[in-house]
Amino acid sequence: MQKIGVFVCHCGTNIAATVDVKKVVELVRYEPGVVYADDYMYMCSEAGQEKIIEAIKEYGLTGLVICSCSPRMHEKTFRACAEKAGLNPYMVEVANIREQCSWIHKDKEEATKKAVILARAAIAKVNLNTPLKEGESPVTKRALVIGGGIAGIQTALDIADAGYEVDIVEKEPSIGGRMSQFDKTFPTLDCASCILTPKMVEVNQHPNITLYTYSEVEKVSGYVGNFDVDIRKKARSVDFDKCTGCGECSTKCPLGKIGNIPSEFDRGLRNRPAIYMPFAQAVPAVPVIDRENCTYFKTGKCGVCAKICPSKAVDYEQQDEIVTVKYGAIVVATGFDIINLDKFGEYAYNESPDVITSIELERLMNAAGPTGGHLERMSDHKQPKDIVFIQCVGSRCDSEEKGKPYCSKVCCMYTAKHAMLIKDHWPDTNITVFYIDVRTPGKNFDEFYRRAVEQYHVNYIKGQVGKVKPQPDGSLLVQAADLLDGKQINMKADMVVLAAAIEPNPGVRKIATMLTASIDNNNFLTEAHAKLRPVESPTAGIFLSGMAQGPKDIPETVSQAGAAAVKVIGLLAKDHLKTNPCTAQCDTLLCNGCSTCANVCPYGAITYEDVQVNDHGLRETRRVAQVNVALCQGCGACTSACPSGAMDLQGFSNRQITTEVDAICR
Amino acid sequence: MQELINRLKELIADGTVVRAIGWKKGDMPYNPEPAYFEKPEDFDNFVYDGFCGANLSKMMIEAAKLEGKTAVCLKPCDTYSFNQLIREHRVNRENAYIIGVGCRGKLDIEKARKAGIKGIKSISGVDIEGDGDVTFDTVYGQKKMAYTDLMLDRCHVCKGKDHVIFDEVIGESKDTGDADRFEEVIKIEKMTPEERFAFFKSELSKCIRCNACRNVCPACSCRKCVFDGVKFDSQQKANVDSFEEKMFHIIRAFHVAGRCTDCGECSRVCPEGIPLHLFNRKFIKDIDDFYGEFQAGKDPEAQSPLTDFTFDDLEPKDAVGRGE
Amino acid sequence: MSMNEEKKEFRPLIVAFCCNWCSYAGADLAGSSRLSYPADVKIIRVPCSGRVNPMFILRAFERGADGVIICGCHPGDCHYSTGNYYARRRMALLFSMLEYMGIENGRTRVEWCSAAEGAKFSKTMNEFCEKVKSLGENVRLGDIRCKN
Repeated sequence: MQKIGVFVCHCGTNIAATVDVKKVVELVRYEPGVVYADDYMYMCSEAGQEKIIEAIKEYGLTGLVICSCSPRMHEKTFRACAEKAGLNPYMVEVANIREQCSWIHKDKEEATKKAVILARAAIAKVNLNTPLKEGESPVTKRALVIGGGIAGIQTALDIADAGYEVDIVEKEPSIGGRMSQFDKTFPTLDCASCILTPKMVEVNQHPNITLYTYSEVEKVSGYVGNFDVDIRKKARSVDFDKCTGCGECSTKCPLGKIGNIPSEFDRGLRNRPAIYMPFAQAVPAVPVIDRENCTYFKTGKCGVCAKICPSKAVDYEQQDEIVTVKYGAIVVATGFDIINLDKFGEYAYNESPDVITSIELERLMNAAGPTGGHLERMSDHKQPKDIVFIQCVGSRCDSEEKGKPYCSKVCCMYTAKHAMLIKDHWPDTNITVFYIDVRTPGKNFDEFYRRAVEQYHVNYIKGQVGKVKPQPDGSLLVQAADLLDGKQINMKADMVVLAAAIEPNPGVRKIATMLTASIDNNNFLTEAHAKLRPVESPTAGIFLSGMAQGPKDIPETVSQAGAAAVKVIGLLAKDHLKTNPCTAQCDTLLCNGCSTCANVCPYGAITYEDVQVNDHGLRETRRVAQVNVALCQGCGACTSACPSGAMDLQGFSNRQITTEVDAICR
Repeated sequence: MQELINRLKELIADGTVVRAIGWKKGDMPYNPEPAYFEKPEDFDNFVYDGFCGANLSKMMIEAAKLEGKTAVCLKPCDTYSFNQLIREHRVNRENAYIIGVGCRGKLDIEKARKAGIKGIKSISGVDIEGDGDVTFDTVYGQKKMAYTDLMLDRCHVCKGKDHVIFDEVIGESKDTGDADRFEEVIKIEKMTPEERFAFFKSELSKCIRCNACRNVCPACSCRKCVFDGVKFDSQQKANVDSFEEKMFHIIRAFHVAGRCTDCGECSRVCPEGIPLHLFNRKFIKDIDDFYGEFQAGKDPEAQSPLTDFTFDDLEPKDAVGRGE
Repeated sequence: MSMNEEKKEFRPLIVAFCCNWCSYAGADLAGSSRLSYPADVKIIRVPCSGRVNPMFILRAFERGADGVIICGCHPGDCHYSTGNYYARRRMALLFSMLEYMGIENGRTRVEWCSAAEGAKFSKTMNEFCEKVKSLGENVRLGDIRCKN
């Protein structure tokens, strides 16, 4: 039998005003197992804790019930207090008589009655509590960053600078991500590659950073501090050590001129050869052969690149390689893409080459882009005179099937940027922007937008575009409604630019599943707490950086990347982590070995072993479940799946919950 | 039947198996019982006819632990149960030699009794090979019944004539299905809540907690049942009040949901004639409706619906009140 | 039975299983926002909605609960990533079975409630209490010996 002490807190008047604390003490004093009951003004205070410690010592208490605020608030405090007095911290239960009683009920009699019932349930539970011991698990002092865009780059650099080793896995042949495709950045209009390229080089040269480009995460197992990750290094077909990055192979690849392979980097606005670097400043500066399109891989003939390579680096025999690396922490920085516009037929994106997305416009305006930075129509290579920008294409969309419910956040600003840059170069261009709202909350953002309107005379019209119709003369007819004037507008344009909604990189779902990190309905990764833990995933050891968590601009991305790095560093600085002792446990004698529990375990913590058992004299070898307590997070999914009751959860055992039910229903 | 006996003897003689599990004659012509056969003379009592309804797959849990292989006679529907046991690692496939035996539907002596046939001395026409009527020789003279009229209800919703797992098949099988499997369930669903409650109350009040349903069920094969264990403070014995039966039968059906092959043994063995399969079949119907058709035991690799999910599964609130 | 007792308003007994990460925190938020709901609701903290064994629900009814509600994280938000998906299937089947047996389906409920949805938690509990109250005392699932 336990010797239980019950401590009822007044919490000033927070509890005592609605719950008759003295009466609770009187009523629970005679509950089974209770040997001591008392109340105090503030149980969590120094003096309150002293009272608990004294009672433990004086009455030899083996279990505590604290009737106070939510266990989410002070369970830790009271557990530490018990430990100070030499009592196992897991012999403490908290009855929540503040948040779930005094604060929501007005009638004192009713609230007191409920408080007593909650206390009884906690007392009944403590009667079945057993001392639990936290385990320790070592921390692998190495971090993995998935995604090599600006978010991943910044996180990796910050972690590496703190002295920890960090690997970046990037699925494209080069790091750089979306930012490397941009021309200029708002609101300062400095050139994107001028600020990004040095960081890319720094990553490449950093002694603590290992780059896995053209690679993908294949499998993740383990848990915080001890992840095992399989990385697939896709065959590049070029020997990393021999290649000097001279680019001769790409120049000579016959498919460069006749291949019609659209360049992913230039968003299909020009073609690339089959052996290629995505862009000139690619890091690493080692090309890759696109095996799906390469003539040699398709027919066995050609081999030009191998022949002309001065350092004999081309290797057609190269195979995918899988490396397994241990990590203590993982950062997801998988970034974004824009949505597919197939469902937005009204904007004629698939019909006319002169209807482009903003990211394509970035390429068209970039000096290293397909037109050498000269703005021209893709249909006739003429410079457009009238340009229409359409905002919120798929953002803030009512129809879930068509678009996204959220605001993509960056479109208002980059459109103002595009308008200004075009006006700067070609002042006689007429620019019209159709918007729902212009949103500019950011440092120097509104000033920036106002410059576009006031200084550059960009024509902003609040209204939605209903249709873009390609005309026989090659122009585009834009039909829209002006919501402020209540007028229909028919406007001729040479070029239409769509601010397509941003969505998380489509690959993130697969990665989140591997990491058991939760994602929301829009496939953005979920934070552990929206306000207080914004860069952590609810899954321990997984951190979030950049657009993978939600739409944001470059400065926000960089600050979040830094924040994620700090969290990772904080984790890697520890030698050991305490593990949750509330883990599942299998009663070998009851286990059927049916594997049902293993099928629902999200952590792969359950394995099966043949063990020798002595079941009341019957000796036999049985296949039974074994829980790896280092992997188990204590969710209890296995316990409800187990038909025989062999699986149980420490701290929330079947009998403990049953007895709580009984106490409440008594 | 003789072909089956000869083959089993042969398998034992040539050392392929050490023993066989089949049926031996009971004290009455309509109650054969499952048995082990090892020596040639054991087979004198071997029987396989229309009354051999027992699903022998569950016996393999223990038999597969014995030294050497065991031959087991499984009807087409029994093989589903066997597959399910393999999926749950309850039987060692290596230690089993499965003889798929032919089946043209199994018989229910209660049907004869209901037809007023009493004082049975002998029965003919129940051989596995035959296809005529069943003749009862009784103290009141000869009585005849059509084979299908005498069949167990479960055989009218036959899963088909194919064995889903076997080493060899002896004898022909027939798909005896001629009724809708969910007809009874739908009938109950259409009742008012009061009628449903009254129906189950009257059925379950007959329960004497003999545990026959539990003991015969191939899915209900826990080493120790939760209702015998201390893990939930739920040890129960004879019925003291009506609720214990409800709890027991709901939980029993729930524990086999997604694993029950609908072999119908529970209803067959219930001494009180409680239609226990109505619980299991309700779960099966719901699973089919909610998560797509699923036949436990058909594919030993298939994930059970209760250890699986999709992101947009039906919400519990939409699972109820569908008839309203 | 005295006249006094006869007139007494029926107060249902409701057991709420709340997952530690979302719904229990949602209940705390309802508390700190002073969003009241009837004292008839008693919360049992479980790590995850996937921890709720059907045995607990039937046990509660057996012992005299008039309604049982299970609250978990929204699908996709489970702290353990998948627990509520399994719970969703389990409860859908269990509730359908109880309905099939003639138990009033308003006595059971599953609600997804995040840590930020204090208002939803309170609203849900108010609604559920009203519903169970309208159904009256649970006689079909209760064990008479457990009643006072």
